[in-house]
Amino acid sequence: MKITKLSDFFVTGDPLIYGADVAIGLTMVAIVVALTAFKRWGWLWREWLTTVDHKRIGIMYVIASLLMLFRGGVDALLMRTQLALPDSMEFLKPDHYNDIFTTHGVIMILFMAMPLMFGLFNLTVPLQIGARDVAFPLLNSLSFWLFFMGAMLFNVSFVIGGSPEAGWLAYPPLSEKMFSPGVGQDFYIWGIQISGIGSLMTGINFIVTILKMRAPGMKLMKMPMFTWSVLSSCLTIILAFPILTVTLALLFIDRYFGAHFFTLDMGGNPMMYINLIWMWGHPEVYIVVLPAFGIFSEIVATFSKKRLFGYGSMVFALMSISIFSFFTWAHHFFTMGSGANVNAFFAVTTMIIAIPTGVKIFNWLFTMYKGKITFELPMLWTMAFIPCFIVGGMTGVMLSVAPADFQFHNSYFLIAHFHQVLIGGVVFGYFAGLYYWWPKVFGFKLNEKLGRWAFWLWNIGFYVCFMPQYVLGLMGMTRRVSSYSWDTGWWSWNFVSTIGGFLMGIGFLFQVWQILHSIKFMERVKGDPWGGRTLEWSIPSPAPFYNFTITPKVEGRDDWWRRKELAAQGVQDPPPKYEPIHMPKNSGTPIVMSVFWFILGFGFVFDWLWLIVPGAIGIAATMLYHSFNYDTDYYVTAEEVRKTEAKAGRVV
Amino acid sequence: MKYKGWFMRAAAFLPLALMTFLLSGCADVVVLNPKGEIAKHQLDLIYITTGLCLIIIVPVLILTFWIAWKYRAKSKKKEAYQPEWDHSTKLEAVWWGIPILIILLIAIVTVQYSYKLEPSKALASDEKPITIQVVALDWKWLFLYPEQGIATVNYVQFPEKVPVQFQLTADAPMNSFWIPQLGGQIYTMSGMAMKLHLIADEPGDYFGTGANFSGEYFGKMTFNAKATSRADFDKWVQDVKQSYPAMSQEGYNELAQPATSLVRSFSAFPNGMFDNIVNKYVVAGQSGHHHGGDAASSNEGADVADGQAGHDMSEMDMSEMDMSDAGDSGAAHQH
Repeated sequence: MKITKLSDFFVTGDPLIYGADVAIGLTMVAIVVALTAFKRWGWLWREWLTTVDHKRIGIMYVIASLLMLFRGGVDALLMRTQLALPDSMEFLKPDHYNDIFTTHGVIMILFMAMPLMFGLFNLTVPLQIGARDVAFPLLNSLSFWLFFMGAMLFNVSFVIGGSPEAGWLAYPPLSEKMFSPGVGQDFYIWGIQISGIGSLMTGINFIVTILKMRAPGMKLMKMPMFTWSVLSSCLTIILAFPILTVTLALLFIDRYFGAHFFTLDMGGNPMMYINLIWMWGHPEVYIVVLPAFGIFSEIVATFSKKRLFGYGSMVFALMSISIFSFFTWAHHFFTMGSGANVNAFFAVTTMIIAIPTGVKIFNWLFTMYKGKITFELPMLWTMAFIPCFIVGGMTGVMLSVAPADFQFHNSYFLIAHFHQVLIGGVVFGYFAGLYYWWPKVFGFKLNEKLGRWAFWLWNIGFYVCFMPQYVLGLMGMTRRVSSYSWDTGWWSWNFVSTIGGFLMGIGFLFQVWQILHSIKFMERVKGDPWGGRTLEWSIPSPAPFYNFTITPKVEGRDDWWRRKELAAQGVQDPPPKYEPIHMPKNSGTPIVMSVFWFILGFGFVFDWLWLIVPGAIGIAATMLYHSFNYDTDYYVTAEEVRKTEAKAGRVV
Repeated sequence: MKYKGWFMRAAAFLPLALMTFLLSGCADVVVLNPKGEIAKHQLDLIYITTGLCLIIIVPVLILTFWIAWKYRAKSKKKEAYQPEWDHSTKLEAVWWGIPILIILLIAIVTVQYSYKLEPSKALASDEKPITIQVVALDWKWLFLYPEQGIATVNYVQFPEKVPVQFQLTADAPMNSFWIPQLGGQIYTMSGMAMKLHLIADEPGDYFGTGANFSGEYFGKMTFNAKATSRADFDKWVQDVKQSYPAMSQEGYNELAQPATSLVRSFSAFPNGMFDNIVNKYVVAGQSGHHHGGDAASSNEGADVADGQAGHDMSEMDMSEMDMSDAGDSGAAHQH
C-alpha cells in the first residue's frame, strides 16, 4: 500500500481513537520508565521473555488473555452503549460499530478464550500428570510468542491502518478486496494466521505431553478429568486448525494475488469459504468448552469431597463430543438453501451432541449427591455454570431444529444463545479454573469477599444482559445492526441489556480489585489449600521450577487423595531420595523468531516488500540457528535439589 | 410510533424502563405472532421442540438446586456422605437413556418439518401464485414484479391469501431476506437464484429486514412487506404503473451503487433484468450456482406456475447441473 500521508497509516478522525492513542503511548512510556528505573530489563529477559518453564508461560498467557478480555469487553460496552440509543442518535457511526463487533468477536474467541485456555493447560497439565514440563518446552514458548505477536498485530489495526469490519469470520465476498479494500482484513488474516500456528503447535505439544510424559503408573483411565479434557480439546485443535489456516491462506491469495477462490466474479464461490470456515469454527467452540468441562469435573469432585461420578461416561462423552463437533458445521447456515436432506442431516448431528453434554451434567450433579459441598469461589462459579449452561444448551437444541432456525438465524436469539454457552460455559469455567488453581500458581488465595461481589455482579449482569436478547431475537432484531427506530419496540429490551452489560463490566473491575487487594494482603497457602485430589496438590505452592522433587508413582485415580488417606492411617512416605533432574534451558529463539513473524505479517498487511523480506529472512535464520544449537538442556544435581528444598524448609 | 411518548418518559425516568417491558406487549414479538402459514408452522415447531426440551430441563434445574442445598457441608441435618460412591450402571443408563429419547423425538419432528417447510417448495393453494424477484443491493432491497412489470425499492406489496414465490439473488455481498411474521429467512447470494415461498393469511404491514451483515449500512436494510386484498393490490399496481418513472438499465446501475435508499417505485424495468443480475458473475462456459433444494423435487407440478421458467431448478441436483451445463455458453439456467 502506498502511504502518501500520515492519515493513510494512522487511524484518524475519531476522538475515541485519539484517546486510545494517548493511553497506549502513556502506558508504553510508563512500562519503559518503570523497567529502567527499577533496573528490571535483564530480569524481564532472563526470567520471563526467554523462559521455557510451562508455569511462567502459563502466567504470561493468563495476563495477555486478561488484557484481551479488557479490550474485548470495552468493545462490547461500546456496542451496548450504541444500542441503548435508538434512532439517529449516533454514539458510534455504522462503520465504527462494524469495526467494533468484528474485533470484539475475534478477540474474545481467538485472543481471549484460546490463550486463557492455553494458560490453564500450561499451569495445570504437567503438574496433574507428574511431569517436569511439557514435551517440547521451547516449542511451547514459541507457541506463546506467536500467539502474542499475532494478537498484537491484530490489535495494532485499531490505531494503524484501520480495523477489519467484515464480521469475526470475515465472510467473502464482503471480506474480499472488492468490498474491503483497506488493510483491516489483512491484519485479520495475518494476526490469526500467526497466532494460529502457535495454537496448532500447542495442540501437538499437549497431546504428546499427555500421551508420553505421565508419571509411572498413571494409565490413561487414571488421568484426572481435566487432563482428559485437554487431550480431547487438543485432538480437536490439530484436526480443525489446519482448516482455518488453509481457508485464510486462500482468502489471502484472493486478496494479495488477485485469485478468485471466493470472489463474486471469475467463478469464485463465497459459499465454499463459509463451509470451510465453519468446519474449523464449529469444532473451535468445542475446543474452548471441553477444557471448561474438565475444570468443572475437578472442582465438583474437590468441593463435594467425593470421587467424580461416572468417570468412564465422562471420558466417553468428552471424546464423542470432539468427534461429533466435526459433523455439524452446516448448522451455521441452514438458510443457505442446501435443501431438506442436508439440513435434516446436520440438524440431527447437532442435536446428538446434546446427549453426551447432558450426561456430563447428570454426572456432576451425582458427584455432588451424597457429598459434603462447600461453596468457595471455584465451586460458586461451577454452580452458576450448571443452570446457565442447561438453558443455553436448550436454546442450542432449539436452534438446531433446522426449519425453526429459519426464524432464529442471525437474530439476537442466536446472539443470546452463543453468549450464554460461551460466557456461561467457557468464561465461567475458566474463571472457576483460575480461582481454583490460583493458589497453586502464586502461593496465595484470592480474596473471597471481593470475589463474591464480582461473582454476583457477573451473574446478575449476565442474565440482565442476555435474557432480553432472546426476546429481541423473537422481535426480529438481527445481529450487527447499529441502529433501529423507535417503532420497532426494541428500545426497552436493549436498554435493559445494556445495563446488564455494564454490570458484568463492574464485575470485571471487582476482579481486578480482588487481584490487587490479594497481592497486597497476601494470604499465603501451603500446597493443598482446597483439599485437592490430584497430583498438582501434592507439591508446594508455588511449585518449584522442577515441579516434583521425585517423580510420583501413581496407583489410582485421585492419587493424592489416596495418599492423604494412607497418611491418615499412619502409613508414612519413605524419605525422599534426591536424583539429578533433567531440565530444558531458557532460549531467546522463540521471541526473536516471533518478532520476525510480526515484521513479516506487518509487511504483508501493507504490501511492503522491504519489510516482508527481512521478516522472512529473520524467521529462516532463527530457525536455522536453533537447528544447530545443541546446548538446550542441563541437569539440576541432586545436591542442588536438596539445597533448594532445604532453603524452602521442605526437607524432612 | 404509538409508544414513543412512553419511551421518552421512560428514558427520562429510569425506573420506568421496566414498565415498558410489560407495555411493549406481544404484538412486537413478531416470531411469536405469525400471520402466514409458514411462520405458523415454524412457531408450532418452536413450541413443540421447546416443550420437549423443557421435559428434561425443568427437572434437572430443580435437581441442581435441591442437591446443592441438601448436601451443603453447612447443613444442620446429617446427610448421607459416601465419598467413594462413583458409579452406578443403572443410574447412568437412565441419564444416557432419557436424553437419547428426547433427542430422538426432536429429531423425528425436525426431519419431518425439514421436508414440509423446505423454502423452495411451492405452497398448496387454489390461488395462482405471484412471483416477486428480490435483489439484495448495497444497502437496499430491489423488488421486481415480472408478471406486473413494476419494481419497488425497500418495500414490497402483495395480495393476502395468495402464495408468493420470492426468487432471490444479490448484486452485492450476501444478505438474508427475512419477514418474520410470514416465515423464516433465506440467504440472498449473487450468481444464484434462491426460492422462498411465503403467504400472508391476513392483510397487514409486516416488518422485513436483511439478516446477514453486508457492509457499512447493513442496518438500514429494513423494509415493509404489505399484504392487501387482491383489489387493493391491483389498484396499487395500476397506481405505480401510472405515476412513477420506468427504471432503465442505467437507472439500475446507479441504484446498485453502495448507498442507502428511500422507498421508491418504478412503473417498468428492463426485460430479463433478474436473469441478467444472476448471470452477471457467471463465466462463459460455466454454469451459475443454483440452490434449489433436493426436497423440492416433489413439487414439479406446482412450479409450472413460475413467472419465468428460467428459474425453475427445483428438480435440479447440484452435481447433475454442473455437468449438463458445461459447454452451454453463459447459460445459468437449464430450462
